[in-house]
Amino acid sequence: MLTQTPTPLNEDALKVRVEDVQLDITFEQLKRLVSPRALTGETMLMNMGPQHPSTHGVLRLLLELDGETIVNCIPDIGYLHTGIEKTAEGKTYLKAIPLTDRTDYLAPMSNNMAFCGAVEKLVGIEVPLRAQYLRVILLELTRMNSHLVWLGTHALDLGAMSVFLYCMREREMILDIYEAVSGARMMSSYIRPGGLWRDVPNVFFDLVQRVLDVFPKRLIEYEKLLTKNPMWKDRTVGIGKISAQDAIAWGMTGPCLRATGVKYDVRKAYPYSSYDHFDFDIPTGTNGDVFDRYKCRMEEFNQSLKIIRQALKRLPPGPVMTSDRKVAPPPKHEIAYSMESLIHHFKLWTEGFKAPEGEVYFAVESGKGEYGVLLSGDGTSKPRRVHFRAPSFHNLQPINEMARGQLLADLVAIIGSIDIVLGDVDR
Amino acid sequence: MPVVVEVTLKSAALIFVLLTGFAYLSLLERKFIARLQARIGPNRAGPFGLLQPVADGLKLIFKESVTPKGVDKPIYFLAPALVVVPALMLFAVIPVGKGATFQLASDLNVGALYVVGVMSLAVYGIALAGWASNNKYAVLGGLRAAAQMIAYELGMGLSVAAVVLMASSASLADIVAAQYPEQYGGILGWFLFRQPVAAAIFVIAAFAEVARAPFDLVEAEQELTAGFMTEYGGMKFALFFMGEYVKMIAVSALFTTFFLGGWSGPFVNEAPILSVVYFTIKVVVCLLAFIWVRATLPRVRYDKLMDMGWKVLFPVALANVLVTAVLILLGLPGYRL
Amino acid sequence: MNDFLPIFVLLVLASGLVSLVLLISVLFGPRRRARNETKLQPYESGMRPIGPAQRRLPVRFYLIAVLFILFDIEVVFFFPWAVALRELGWAGLLSMLIFIGILEAGHFWLWRRGALEWEKMDK
Repeated sequence: MLTQTPTPLNEDALKVRVEDVQLDITFEQLKRLVSPRALTGETMLMNMGPQHPSTHGVLRLLLELDGETIVNCIPDIGYLHTGIEKTAEGKTYLKAIPLTDRTDYLAPMSNNMAFCGAVEKLVGIEVPLRAQYLRVILLELTRMNSHLVWLGTHALDLGAMSVFLYCMREREMILDIYEAVSGARMMSSYIRPGGLWRDVPNVFFDLVQRVLDVFPKRLIEYEKLLTKNPMWKDRTVGIGKISAQDAIAWGMTGPCLRATGVKYDVRKAYPYSSYDHFDFDIPTGTNGDVFDRYKCRMEEFNQSLKIIRQALKRLPPGPVMTSDRKVAPPPKHEIAYSMESLIHHFKLWTEGFKAPEGEVYFAVESGKGEYGVLLSGDGTSKPRRVHFRAPSFHNLQPINEMARGQLLADLVAIIGSIDIVLGDVDR
Repeated sequence: MPVVVEVTLKSAALIFVLLTGFAYLSLLERKFIARLQARIGPNRAGPFGLLQPVADGLKLIFKESVTPKGVDKPIYFLAPALVVVPALMLFAVIPVGKGATFQLASDLNVGALYVVGVMSLAVYGIALAGWASNNKYAVLGGLRAAAQMIAYELGMGLSVAAVVLMASSASLADIVAAQYPEQYGGILGWFLFRQPVAAAIFVIAAFAEVARAPFDLVEAEQELTAGFMTEYGGMKFALFFMGEYVKMIAVSALFTTFFLGGWSGPFVNEAPILSVVYFTIKVVVCLLAFIWVRATLPRVRYDKLMDMGWKVLFPVALANVLVTAVLILLGLPGYRL
Repeated sequence: MNDFLPIFVLLVLASGLVSLVLLISVLFGPRRRARNETKLQPYESGMRPIGPAQRRLPVRFYLIAVLFILFDIEVVFFFPWAVALRELGWAGLLSMLIFIGILEAGHFWLWRRGALEWEKMDK
């Protein structure tokens, strides 16, 4: 039984039956993707995903394995394609915002910000300073939210299961803030073109203060559980290395790029929403391995807390929405006595505001990297074309480079470390 | 009463106790790990979730028994048995209390050897389950199991050898007795203190033996979905589950016997039943340690486990045996019988 | 033989238990006639497997396995020796040292040759 001869792969091995809808690859396509050794049956082709516990959703990786060593790792995406970009073309600029929540659903505010920033740039809207500062606070909380899910799942992937639940516990504090400001715990749609939906409630400040008080202590606990754990280092140091040149060539951004030593952060390079008013560092790594990506993100927690503290201290009073009535809906009490306000209200909620002809690109630094929105307006109230530059997609691309020659167990660490959200990859 | 009837009754009682223990160990694990993770754990079925194991068992009984296509049928069905039976049989030689009443095969004088041998049998079940399943994850899991056994078995065998050396007997009853010589009262006689290196190696090997975190490579969920038991469902899965937990109890019982003074404790001469209580307490403490470690540590990569087995555990255990032998021959205090 | 009687009885009872458990699931579990191909497919993350699962395995597993059997048999020799050491005295230790010397010479030779390097064995 154990003396099997190698079974060569051939067309028969892949024969597609009519009722069999799962096989989506032809033998010709396969031949181009895998090494010749796979065709002789010497190496094993194995699917990891879409239904797999550690592919963070429905990522499919076609693995070519020699024993447990990865010869080739071919990502196959599209299992969570929702057509968000196309759908957005049929919506007014305001109505497209809930769609952006659903791309990278772990960092909805960042997506809101990128889209609204693009709209503001296209239409030319000035955002009040208070709204800008509140946006910064929320964006940094969102970064922490995103990083918490990353840390939890990454640790869970490597078998440290408790960290996952601790991270979910901490994330709860941030979701409470989302709920307080927007009424929704995940799909916030809180940032709107021209500012914010409404000013934050008083409880917001208590909730943020709770995060500022509790979180640093919890961060020390994580460091104790993971950073200082030799078993954790064993699993992460030197795994999934990528050089700075390769990372740039593949379009990696965010902590994955910074771990290679490149100091690129949209918040510093192209400041938006008054990020240049605040003092913070950009943590970088040196080796570009799983551990450096981990360290970068862990340090970003501290930097986010630092930014939030500054923004809270210097938060100016004033409106949180632009006074331009062509974009921002008028307050309810104005409608009662102002004819013009009534018309604005009616126009905004039916037709929406019009954006001029033109094309803009606006990027924010989300938790995962550069989240950009390319917006093409055609003079109507709906965009001609919307494209999201999803950081998860770009960071996922070089997975073959990172995983080749490593073990199956390392692949799990690599997927965890690049922090993908499939909603973001497939859009 | 004929011997056969007596032995059969005792065996049946032992199996019953172990099955109950397995069921409630699974509940204990879920409750304890939930507490460690700031959760509550199961609390719906019965008071404090006490009926949870019953509910789990009933659910599995009423599951369809699916045999996937292309499996190697005889081996596929034999494999769960190969995991459970050795795990149960380990208890044949373990003295769970004072005197022959509480030890099934009390006359067996090669207990330690029997334990080492029977314990490694379970790996065949896992490796064969992986192979027979006709599933790539399962095959990889089975191979990992084989490689893993190889990594720790040598160190474990030698750490038990050191204990045998100390007791000058391979009978488990004698090993317990040897931990209570007249000259050291109390717990200082435990081999945990007189053979710390062997104890440490045994602990590491024990974690690998029961394939639990941080050495749960054979069923590493995040890598191989369910590893060797990917294609097993319903009661077939339950058997693997039972095997793992019974083995966890067995390994804890063995650690207790080898290093924690077995059933011994104060007043056992006056009330022999106390010895069973002491034994149970010690075993439960070991089990809690198993669960605690699972909640804390990340998983080790299997090539590192192999490295550790061959390059650390084996040489260190060997050196420990030799040093122990020298100390015994020198007749140092603490190394006399 | 009497020494092993309890073990034999336990073996019979444990095997009986396993058979009973498997029987129970067949008796009480639902039996669905309409089984389709896909349901009985081996699980591979929801995709149809490409190529067989039972295939030729990397030779390093066999190499390590052979090494293991060699050393494990030698570990077994330690048990009778350990039981009798107090009677054998220094002579027993000396003979064991010679035995271990040969054993370890082989072990270190393998170590240096890289037979124990799991990752390097790929090349």
